[in-house]
Amino acid sequence: MSARISTKQRMQITRQAMPEQDAAARAANFLEVNLGLPERLALLEADRCLQCKDPRCMEGCPVGVNIPKFLDLLTAGKIAEAAQSLLCDNALPAVTGRVCPQETQCEAVCVRAARGLPVGVGYLERYVADWAREHRDQLPQIKPQPTGKKVAIVGSGPAGLTAAGELAKLGHDVTIYEALHKAGGVLVYGIPEFRLPKKIVAQEVERLQEAGVKIECNVVIGRTYTIPELQKNFDAIFIANGAGLPVFMNVPGENFKGVYSANEYLTRINLMAAYDFPRSDTPVLQGQRVAVVGGGNVAMDAVRTAKRLGAKEAMIVYRRTHDELPARAEEVHHAEQEGIRFEFLTAPIEVIGNDKRWVTGMKCQKMKLGEADSSGRRRPEVIPGSEFVLDCDTVVVAIGTKSNPLLTATCPELKLNKWGNIVADENGATSLPGVFAGGDIVRGAATVILAMGDGKKAAQAMDKYLATRAK
Amino acid sequence: MHRILAKQTLSPNVTRLDVHAPRIAQIRQAGQFVIVHLAENSERIPLTIADSNPETGAVTLVIQAVGKSTNELVALNVGDSIRDVAGPLGHPTEMISSGHALCIGGGVGTAVVHPIAQSLQKNGVRVTSVIGGRSKEWVIFENELKRYGNVVVCTDDGSYGRKGFVTDAAKEILTNEKVDIVYAVGPVPMMRAVANLTRGFGVHTIVSLNPVMIDGTGMCGGCRVSLGNETKFACVDGPEFDGHKVNFDELQDRLGTYREFEQKSLACAAENCRLEKQLSQKS
Ligand SMILES: Cc1cc2nc3c(=O)[nH]c(=O)nc-3n(C[C@H](O)[C@H](O)[C@H](O)COP(=O)(O)OP(=O)(O)OC[C@H]3O[C@@H](n4cnc5c(N)ncnc54)[C@H](O)[C@@H]3O)c2cc1C
Ligand SMILES: Cc1cc2nc3c(=O)[nH]c(=O)nc-3n(C[C@H](O)[C@H](O)[C@H](O)COP(=O)(O)OP(=O)(O)OC[C@H]3O[C@@H](n4cnc5c(N)ncnc54)[C@H](O)[C@@H]3O)c2cc1C
Ligand code: SF4
Ligand code: SF4
Ligand code: FES
Repeated sequence: MSARISTKQRMQITRQAMPEQDAAARAANFLEVNLGLPERLALLEADRCLQCKDPRCMEGCPVGVNIPKFLDLLTAGKIAEAAQSLLCDNALPAVTGRVCPQETQCEAVCVRAARGLPVGVGYLERYVADWAREHRDQLPQIKPQPTGKKVAIVGSGPAGLTAAGELAKLGHDVTIYEALHKAGGVLVYGIPEFRLPKKIVAQEVERLQEAGVKIECNVVIGRTYTIPELQKNFDAIFIANGAGLPVFMNVPGENFKGVYSANEYLTRINLMAAYDFPRSDTPVLQGQRVAVVGGGNVAMDAVRTAKRLGAKEAMIVYRRTHDELPARAEEVHHAEQEGIRFEFLTAPIEVIGNDKRWVTGMKCQKMKLGEADSSGRRRPEVIPGSEFVLDCDTVVVAIGTKSNPLLTATCPELKLNKWGNIVADENGATSLPGVFAGGDIVRGAATVILAMGDGKKAAQAMDKYLATRAK
Repeated sequence: MHRILAKQTLSPNVTRLDVHAPRIAQIRQAGQFVIVHLAENSERIPLTIADSNPETGAVTLVIQAVGKSTNELVALNVGDSIRDVAGPLGHPTEMISSGHALCIGGGVGTAVVHPIAQSLQKNGVRVTSVIGGRSKEWVIFENELKRYGNVVVCTDDGSYGRKGFVTDAAKEILTNEKVDIVYAVGPVPMMRAVANLTRGFGVHTIVSLNPVMIDGTGMCGGCRVSLGNETKFACVDGPEFDGHKVNFDELQDRLGTYREFEQKSLACAAENCRLEKQLSQKS
């Protein structure tokens, strides 16, 4: 740690604000909201880190990014080394710096949070990662010895991409199979451009390809090939197909025209570029009054997208209150700034349509919070007689996703839990030798960083497994 | 990239394309489809695999030009390529292993019936096909289907085969012969009419549904259809279902979701064509 600045001086620096696009302007475009810290502010923010001997922030990060180390290198003017250190712990820092729920992870436990605001770890991670993206030539290129072992990866979301990178670094011959026509998983079809520019994901994918990873799109495992077929041609397999089966509310009227799952709504817009219709061929209904049901990141993404498509009123309908919203705090804050309306303590019971079966409203009931349930969250209870009709012409259902049985149905030997998630140990090993799994397909819908952590651990375990296999 | 290996015009707006997709050609089964994505910014659209040749790696698609995406596809020529072809998707057709099957095809649906008849005949099932079109020039796949059994052709105007709807011919067969299973593929009103007809005869009837799809892997739920009280995703649970349970009204209704957009898309494409022509004339 450099002695050029005392702890007292560090304590005196206040948290730097992220420059962002003006709320009114950005609510009408798809450009990134956060503009990134300029160099001066980034260095100032990095100086706020106290370089703790026993850094609690690292414990808060699911993959244990060595935060004080990369921040120290950054403040010492060694940004290339900072980037190397960061990339060694986290394969996609430009992504996690933008989408991690920092306020419940690294930043939540930062010692500085006890008195004031935590170090802006996410902002700085993004800063260093963005530098690294633009200065790839200044980072060492490792050319590993080929091991001659072939590995198949199912799915190109964060879990699959991370595992692929790790395995390629170890010299294995890696092929990713992706069902869609573009790699990236939720990072390309789910999370919108204004939060995570698609260029970043494309660059990461390119980087992997340069490292020798093969990516075959349009291959649906369970249909084009089954897991048993892959087992014949590969020495090991990592399954990271996500949890992409949308859950509907199961209320009357849900099949009226104008009701979308969040997956469909966001896929049309992000993957298929429906915001650019008719220059792109895929349409999306551009509702004037859009009601998004749910309170997570997916719901925030959908509702802010609706606003950007020109909705006069874009609303969140959530059965608990502001304090229970599971979305990242920053997204909720941004949504509020952009004029999103929040209907809290409200639960839909029916979608209402006109005689042509177009959505015209949603019948809802008011809720109140009762006793805490086993998870510690207070359970919403119906207030009898509180029914009312919310005026809307589009409904987007963002109440969660489940595991998709398409792949697992063609591999009955694979052990699943009662929700259809693949059962895997802490290293990703499944009930089938040589078959590993991680990310949302194991955890149920979780986070990018957890999926990446799974990819990394599984890659290490797979490397060990491959070493035990004769050539 | 998937090259077009052969092209043939089957009727005024139905074109057959043989597309290079070797893995799919090898393993596809009756009832399965592919998702085709012509180029960046194109739509992803589902098309049934009408036939395949594992030796040449060709997958046969029979495409009715109805809107922008299908018009662009049928404008391709031998040697041109399609960016993405994913599949084979959906469940293979529910088969029987003996007895008599009645296969009913309307319009482009006749091409979808083809692999079913092919597979049934291979299983040793007697196949009778009833196919229809507006008039003679709209009848497709008659010769192909003749390889698998008797074919009854119906035209609305009587210009070829029997005059009348496929349901009239089907009713006669159901009355006079023992039929163990019916497969019906065509426009929604036709499938509904067949299902209503066979219900009276108590014959199990399978229809192939065509809701709007995007991913074809169960991820978006856009293809949801109702069977009684149950919601199914046609791309992964179907696309073939028990015709006696399908809510055809809802299907027909949901197919109209993007009608305004579709017209805009076509108009815009036509406008582009005009602009391009003007530009090429100038230069
Ligand atoms: C709209 C939205 C916003 C989100 N926001 C955040 C956020 O801000 N922060 C955060 O941490 N998390 C967020 N999440 C959650 C996070 O994106 C997921 O937890 C994470 O992407 C899971 O990664 P994964 O690699 O397990 O799967 P996915 O990202 O789901 O990738 C799975 C991939 O596998 C492919 N696939 C599926 N089936 C097959 C098959 N049979 N054969 C071949 N390929 C297949 C899919 O097409 C997909 O590309 C969000 C999720 C959504 C939907
Ligand atoms: C499982 C399945 C198999 C099919 N097989 C064939 C086939 O073998 N031959 C054939 O000609 N057609 C087939 N179709 C229908 C074909 O996909 C549509 O005609 C096509 O998508 C229309 O696109 P368009 O842009 O040309 O027309 P548009 O102008 O966009 O739409 C015309 C009509 O096509 C339907 N449609 C539009 N978009 C989609 C979409 N993404 N998915 C499904 N339907 C849509 C709607 O009813 C719409 O009103 C099949 C559909 C399904 C679901
Ligand atoms: S990966 Fe996420 S949790 Fe870990 S340090 Fe980076 S932002 Fe924090
Ligand atoms: S806990 Fe906070 S102050 Fe301490 S090392 Fe981590 S980021 Fe720096
Ligand atoms: S097409 Fe998306 S779930 Fe069927």
